[in-house]
Amino acid sequence: MHVITDNLPLYLSGLLRTLQICLYAGLIALVLGTVIAAFRVAPLPPLRATGTSWVTVFRNCPLTVVLFFMAFGLPELGLNGSYFWFGTIGLALYTSAFVCEAIRSGINAVPPGQAEAARAIGLGFGQVLSLVVLPQAIRTVVPPLGNVFIAMIKNSAIVGAFGVGGDLFAVGDTLTSARGEAVLPVLIGVVLGYLVITIPAGLLLGALERKVAIAR
Amino acid sequence: MTNSVLYEAPGPAAKRRSLLLSVAVGVVLAAVLAWVLYTLGANDQLTVDKWGPLIDPTDGTFAPLWTLMGVGLGNTLLTAVLAMAFSLLVGTLLAVSRIVAARWYRWAVVGVVELLRGVPVVIAVFFASRVLPSFGLDMSVMWYLVIGLTAYNSVIIAEIVRAGIQSLPRGQGEAAYAIGMRRSQVLRTVLLPQAFRAMLPALISQLVVIVKDTSLGFIISYVDVVRQGQIVIQNLNNPIQTYFVIGVLFVVLNYALSRAAVYTERRLSQGRKGGGTAARAAQAQAAE
Repeated sequence: MHVITDNLPLYLSGLLRTLQICLYAGLIALVLGTVIAAFRVAPLPPLRATGTSWVTVFRNCPLTVVLFFMAFGLPELGLNGSYFWFGTIGLALYTSAFVCEAIRSGINAVPPGQAEAARAIGLGFGQVLSLVVLPQAIRTVVPPLGNVFIAMIKNSAIVGAFGVGGDLFAVGDTLTSARGEAVLPVLIGVVLGYLVITIPAGLLLGALERKVAIAR
Repeated sequence: MTNSVLYEAPGPAAKRRSLLLSVAVGVVLAAVLAWVLYTLGANDQLTVDKWGPLIDPTDGTFAPLWTLMGVGLGNTLLTAVLAMAFSLLVGTLLAVSRIVAARWYRWAVVGVVELLRGVPVVIAVFFASRVLPSFGLDMSVMWYLVIGLTAYNSVIIAEIVRAGIQSLPRGQGEAAYAIGMRRSQVLRTVLLPQAFRAMLPALISQLVVIVKDTSLGFIISYVDVVRQGQIVIQNLNNPIQTYFVIGVLFVVLNYALSRAAVYTERRLSQGRKGGGTAARAAQAQAAE
């Protein structure tokens, strides 16, 4: 166990790096996923088609392939960036498809009467969605959305495996490969690192759910 | 979807407007696509020597390239099937032991499930390839991948199976006990078969997750389709084209699997009332 205590600063910096990736990717995925969900329920067929293809592609393509495409494909087009941003944006694109599906299930769960009433007072599609339906939908999908984000936190380890450097996965790799530490204690440390993020995240979601849940 | 309550059934004016807007959106999308193709062309990404070997059967490199990719694809599928089989086995055992466990060791089962749920699958794979050899378990790389995937997916399947068993009407188990069956018999001959039937769509969906996760084999240098793609890229210097084709392969395969899940769910909910809702409950459980 002394591996963990001896390398505590390294683990902490890895934890911070992982948190950083998750924070940026989570925010981008939330915004993008909501927009795509709006596309999927929009009255215009081309928008719906765009939304559907987006979800089909990113839900069925391994994150690994998305990341490889970002990291080794985009530079061919002259788009250069750090692996950190390639990885974070790749993770965000991948997660946005799952966010979209969670939000869409919430939109479907809003009672039709709500949208009908909103339309009856003369609101257009954009207003019905943004003022009446989405606020209720997002409150109902806090638990599934939370699962999506917890899955994203775990997927961030794949971004780390791409050599983003410094995150929890990289810490485990450095300690076992370069320094030849015993693997089991290092593994325990890395797993503890993820649990330190996911367990409070789960508790936070539980609290959030109790606070915003709508009785239906 | 089209009969959404979010907007009115369009009248003549709205139909005209929506047609106009559709065309406008279509034009914008076409413009984006054209811009992408133009940029690709301007960067010499649409040349025959980059695409030809991948999509043109008359190209000399096509046959050897796809033989190489075929080996990778075969390995990817083999790993997915093995990981699914083992996850099912271990997952069912975990679920059953969680249900029938004596109180003194139920916490151990729950602990294992909760712990493995918190481990990223890539960490499970990476450390399987490191930890197991240090215990003297030397295997081929594929088995490390299978073990890593099983560790991750078996707990998810355990939760799916447990939800499936709990979604069954109580009377099923009670009736079986009433005719004198023992607990193991009730589980084996009455509850599990019904649970699996209800769980089938969720289990097929989970197969999509496993197929996607096999691509993590690159971390431990497993010869899967992604790894073979990297060899192609080294020789032809065409990362965009190769990853595009690999992406298409995965999307087509997984899309077919998810359609199969939807189809199975529809068949089951036709067959019996309630089957569909139980499956949906479990699918929500599986989430990702």
